Amino acid sequence: MLGPNGAGKTTLFRTILGLQPISAGSIDVFGAPPRRGNPAIGYMPQTRIGQSGQNLSGFDILANAANGHRFGLPFTAKPVRDDVNAALAAVDAEALAARPISALSGGQRQRLLLAAALLGGPKLLLLDEPLISLDPAAQAGIIALIRRLQETLGLTVLFAAHDINPLLSTMDRVLYLGGGKAAIGTVDEVITSATLSTLYGAPIEVIRAGGRIFVVSDQSDHHHACEHV
Amino acid sequence: MLDYDFMRHAFAAAGIVAILSGLVGYFLVLRGQAFAGHALSHVGFAGATGAVLIGASPLAGMLAVTTLGGIAMGILGEKLIQRDIAIGVILTLSLGLGLLFLHFFTAYATQATALLFGDVLGVSQATLYQLLALAIVSLACLAVISRPLLFASINPELAEAKGVSLRTQSLIFLGLVGLTTAACAQIVGVLLVFALMVGPAAAAQRLTRRILLGLLLAAVLALLEAWAGIALSFYTDWPASFWIATLSGGIYLLSLFVEG
Repeated sequence: MLGPNGAGKTTLFRTILGLQPISAGSIDVFGAPPRRGNPAIGYMPQTRIGQSGQNLSGFDILANAANGHRFGLPFTAKPVRDDVNAALAAVDAEALAARPISALSGGQRQRLLLAAALLGGPKLLLLDEPLISLDPAAQAGIIALIRRLQETLGLTVLFAAHDINPLLSTMDRVLYLGGGKAAIGTVDEVITSATLSTLYGAPIEVIRAGGRIFVVSDQSDHHHACEHV
Repeated sequence: MLDYDFMRHAFAAAGIVAILSGLVGYFLVLRGQAFAGHALSHVGFAGATGAVLIGASPLAGMLAVTTLGGIAMGILGEKLIQRDIAIGVILTLSLGLGLLFLHFFTAYATQATALLFGDVLGVSQATLYQLLALAIVSLACLAVISRPLLFASINPELAEAKGVSLRTQSLIFLGLVGLTTAACAQIVGVLLVFALMVGPAAAAQRLTRRILLGLLLAAVLALLEAWAGIALSFYTDWPASFWIATLSGGIYLLSLFVEG
């Protein structure tokens, strides 16, 4: 899922999660309207663990995320520990679990948060900008990992991103949000001068060079689209 | 030392309050709301002095005002709680108001000192039972919400998506903080509630990565600091609140060096 800041990527996620009402149209999540706490959805929010949780171990944060919606004392029963260990294994993060979040690199932290999204065995993953503030090598690692999870666990993955290029060889379809509208299809169908110009109602040029794609707009009020999408 | 009634009361009251403060404080520090807790105790000062003015018990006045104040903060929302200026203004206004109430009752100079800096050696049997009841209710409440409260504190967006109401958690928790600050102020006074609510919890969070261990450590540190403070006060004749504050600050400073 691509689009400039403020295009509604996070809003779409929150709507699918049942956290925000739908103003028009409808959303079906596995054949039912969105509802809060749907265990079929795994979510990786854009805002990461706050300053406060930085001193806690990854394992404890995951264990809390696994059963935090239930009342009671923060004890972790065997099934919860098993769930956490399976999620950690799925993202190759068993060795990171004992360390505090603050001691992890950006890529390692994203893997732990990805593990948190896998808790409870969801069928749909909503990943809000998992590549943000990662270097290209770490980005490639996260993308490969998500692709592998998608294939081995048979997941549907909705992946919000800012830059299309790291994802070019991996994604099946692109959903482009912009100008209050959306376009969906293959990269070749959607990321074209014609489609994006229609979406924004302004001339936008898509340039392909060296296996990369750049979206260029000459209107200053669309400067946000100038980033290589 | 334990031959005296007032010393036994002091140890019992301080013990009850320390365990409550350490546990509630753990969440307070984790949520980054320590300053909000501090402000609540100042609001409590106005409540206590106001209660005295109308002939009610200062503890009742403080409890009512801090709990309502906590719930009001919860209603106003997370954003206000982290706004230092707004909290600082409320804190200052409350202290000023408390001073005005005291002004009308000049005879209560010792009471003012007791409110501001605590009077653990003056805890009566009746107050002791009130503190015990308060602690039992608060801890029972905290036990019920502790897991979702941790979730809402550590990973609010994910918690919300999983069906945890951030607003409800915040509301209940700040109500509990209100109750705890009122109890805590009975021991170390309005101005020093940080000593039992923040110091031990902050040190515990530096010393362990584990949540349960951290909670336990926060309660144990608070208990040891409170009891050692009273014992030191008995032998030196210096104020217990001074010793508790010094131990709390000292142990937190030490915790900074224990690991990187």
